[in-house]
Amino acid sequence: MVKVTIDGIEIEVEEGTTILNAARQVGGDIVPPAMCYYSKLEGSGGKCRTCLVEVAAGSERDPRPMPKLMVSCSTQVQHGMVVKNLTSDRVKEARAGVTEFLLANHPLDCPVCDQAGECHLQDLGFENGKEGTRFEEEKRTFAPRDIGDKIKLHMNRCILCYRCVYTANQLTNKRVHGVLNRGDHAEISTYIEKALDNEFIGNVIDVCPVGALTDKTFRFKSRVWFLKPMNAHRDCPTCQGIATVWMFGNEIQRVTGRKDAYGEIETHNGKTAWLCNTCRFESKDVAQWTIEGPRVINRHSVISQGHYVLKNPLEDKSTVKNLK
Amino acid sequence: MGRKLLLEHADVPGIETFDVYRKHGGYRSVEKALKTMSPEEVVEEVKTATLKGRGGAGFPAGMKWSFIAKPEGVPRYLLCNADESEPGTFKDRYLMQYIPHLLIEGMIVSSYALGANQAYIYIRGEYMFVLRIVEKAIAEAYEKGFLGKNILGSGFDLDLSIAPGGGAYICGEETALIESLEGKRGNPRMKPPFPAVQGLWQCPTVVNNVETLATVVPIINMTAAEYTKIGTEQSKGTKLISAGGNVERGGVYEIELGLSVEEFIYGDEWCRGIKNGKKMKALVPGGSSVPILPAHLITKTANGDTRLMSYESLSDGGFASGSMLGSGGFIVFDEDQCIVRNTWNFARFYAHESCGQCSPCREGTGWMEKVLHRIETGKGNMRDIDLLADINKKIEGNTICPLGDAAAWPVAAAIRHFREEFEWHVTHPEEAVKRNYGMLKGVTA
Ligand SMILES: Cc1cc2nc3c(=O)[nH]c(=O)nc-3n(C[C@H](O)[C@H](O)[C@H](O)COP(=O)(O)O)c2cc1C
Ligand code: SF4
Ligand code: SF4
Ligand code: FES
Repeated sequence: MVKVTIDGIEIEVEEGTTILNAARQVGGDIVPPAMCYYSKLEGSGGKCRTCLVEVAAGSERDPRPMPKLMVSCSTQVQHGMVVKNLTSDRVKEARAGVTEFLLANHPLDCPVCDQAGECHLQDLGFENGKEGTRFEEEKRTFAPRDIGDKIKLHMNRCILCYRCVYTANQLTNKRVHGVLNRGDHAEISTYIEKALDNEFIGNVIDVCPVGALTDKTFRFKSRVWFLKPMNAHRDCPTCQGIATVWMFGNEIQRVTGRKDAYGEIETHNGKTAWLCNTCRFESKDVAQWTIEGPRVINRHSVISQGHYVLKNPLEDKSTVKNLK
Repeated sequence: MGRKLLLEHADVPGIETFDVYRKHGGYRSVEKALKTMSPEEVVEEVKTATLKGRGGAGFPAGMKWSFIAKPEGVPRYLLCNADESEPGTFKDRYLMQYIPHLLIEGMIVSSYALGANQAYIYIRGEYMFVLRIVEKAIAEAYEKGFLGKNILGSGFDLDLSIAPGGGAYICGEETALIESLEGKRGNPRMKPPFPAVQGLWQCPTVVNNVETLATVVPIINMTAAEYTKIGTEQSKGTKLISAGGNVERGGVYEIELGLSVEEFIYGDEWCRGIKNGKKMKALVPGGSSVPILPAHLITKTANGDTRLMSYESLSDGGFASGSMLGSGGFIVFDEDQCIVRNTWNFARFYAHESCGQCSPCREGTGWMEKVLHRIETGKGNMRDIDLLADINKKIEGNTICPLGDAAAWPVAAAIRHFREEFEWHVTHPEEAVKRNYGMLKGVTA
């Protein structure tokens, strides 16, 4: 075990833990935002740079500060490391910069975006963004495209976190999903518009932090904050069948994986509960599910601000309370 | 007359063939190293020579070699970085085109030092004609027993292959190069782990520039003790400089490090002054990534010392009043050149070449390019100049690979030293457009 101090809070974690995961063990406000890292996807992280933190002391043995800000999602803690996140002005400035960069070419079409209300970029902008924009240039644009018959790609909204690429690589066996081109014209692609007909490809929707990949079976049906998220499960020969169903009245409007406070699919029975396409896209009949009960949306999103809140705060470690 | 260690025989007719090259002393270093030295001794010699990497960053080659991990039963690789894509830099092409055997010779000795039995030359796709030349030279070297199994009866095996890139600047970054060589998209990797521990196919790997590897040849031939007699205190030996821009006689020159910048620009043996008798306005001494220097900081440092062609003298004064030797892409600007236009041109290059992985570089380079384009075409505001400086600050140091920094530095330096020119573009939009000499079609203020 190694001891690390994050924003003045001391914690002991296992050797090899990243700064971000150490912070997640503490929970609350001091957890740096992570737009690309996804603990269930090998190799993810390091790209978005929202999780930058200041390392004020490298370790007990070598207490010198690290000159550059470090990506907390990919930097391992050392014994005696002192990390500054919210307490560092440099971090705040850099993160505001990254937020501005991520929004520069973003279309800001939240009013017509299905992700609105559960979008990590909205959260990031809310917490680290500015009121106005300094970006006066024409934004780069792409036409919306179909990725297979169930998934829509709005490349304009993509922040190139590569999560969907890792998902396609790691969950499916026929890899046709990747990134084309470079720079701000890089785009998520399925190489010549090939449909991704793998049973698990729907998970790219769940890992996407923004509204770039959305569920066509749910498109424009409702704003997410009008829906009731319910934990539900069913017998499924392909996946664990552990899901959140989003209901309007008694109707299931969409099905997603069960996401934790950081937007990651939860682990059940020792395995990440990735959802198969049948559960996600073709099981919209209430009779197909065993409804367990309402789900707490453990995130600082507008959903958890709605009227649909459980009395019992369960293991609520999120920052919701601080937002009131 | 400076000494030449690399290009001494470059203009001998037929030097690109094995026989002529051999007749002029070629492959002696292979014989010397493989027959009389241990690999460790070769590493030690290169270390003692304090050979700095010639690809741009100037990291000591011997030190890099000594970091290579040596786990039992795991192959090691030597990769030659011939992706040379930095604007203003064309020295590696010259070397490979005219004396390809020098690179091959250097790679044999270096591979021996590292214990690598497979080496690759990663060459930029646009250099296809050079690739053919090197390919032929490699075939000759195999034929003559300098490559392949049991070289010169020493028991050392080496296979050398060429891999052409697809023409992406980013694939010159060593970890992107490795990804590309593995057949993947050329995105830089996060470090650590460094290539010396986990490089190509996750095996220990050393990546060196063409010129770095070629320089190993004279070091072994003449010994480090002799080699270090050339140059300055911190910059030993010779360096290839590719001179371009508004000089009378551009081209690739081999200089002894420590030559004065003034002598290099105006000397008869070198660039012979500025074209058409014009005055010099600015200098980019080491490829597009390094800070631009205004006239008063070119031949003299801020302290009034003579500015020399050496790592330490060119960087004297830090970024405030200095620059870097970088890759040796030496670009001279005369009084008629527009700094804003040039800065935009560089910015356009970086925006085009950013791999797009990390947000500050992907978005920042594109943003800077657009703002600079507006200023250059008479559509800028005063606040744009500060905006550029601020975008810069938010990219620098916050990215995965140094391309972000490389894109930020030239813009920062141009604003630092030529701010009035940016302001002039804002206050004189119509004249600014006219200054484009019609090169920007269809643009009106
Ligand atoms: C964006 C970028 C492009 C680069 N391009 C080249 C190149 O074309 N040739 C090269 O030798 N080094 C290039 N480098 C430097 C390499 O990463 C690496 O440091 C170098 O090949 C090491 O060789 P050296 O130590 O012999 O200089 C580049 C670096 C970056 C960040
Ligand atoms: S589509 Fe979504 S998940 Fe994929 S790279 Fe873009 S933002 Fe990330
Ligand atoms: S700094 Fe630029 S080129 Fe380098 S990894 Fe990041 S996006 Fe790619
Ligand atoms: S979460 Fe660490 S860089 Fe994106």
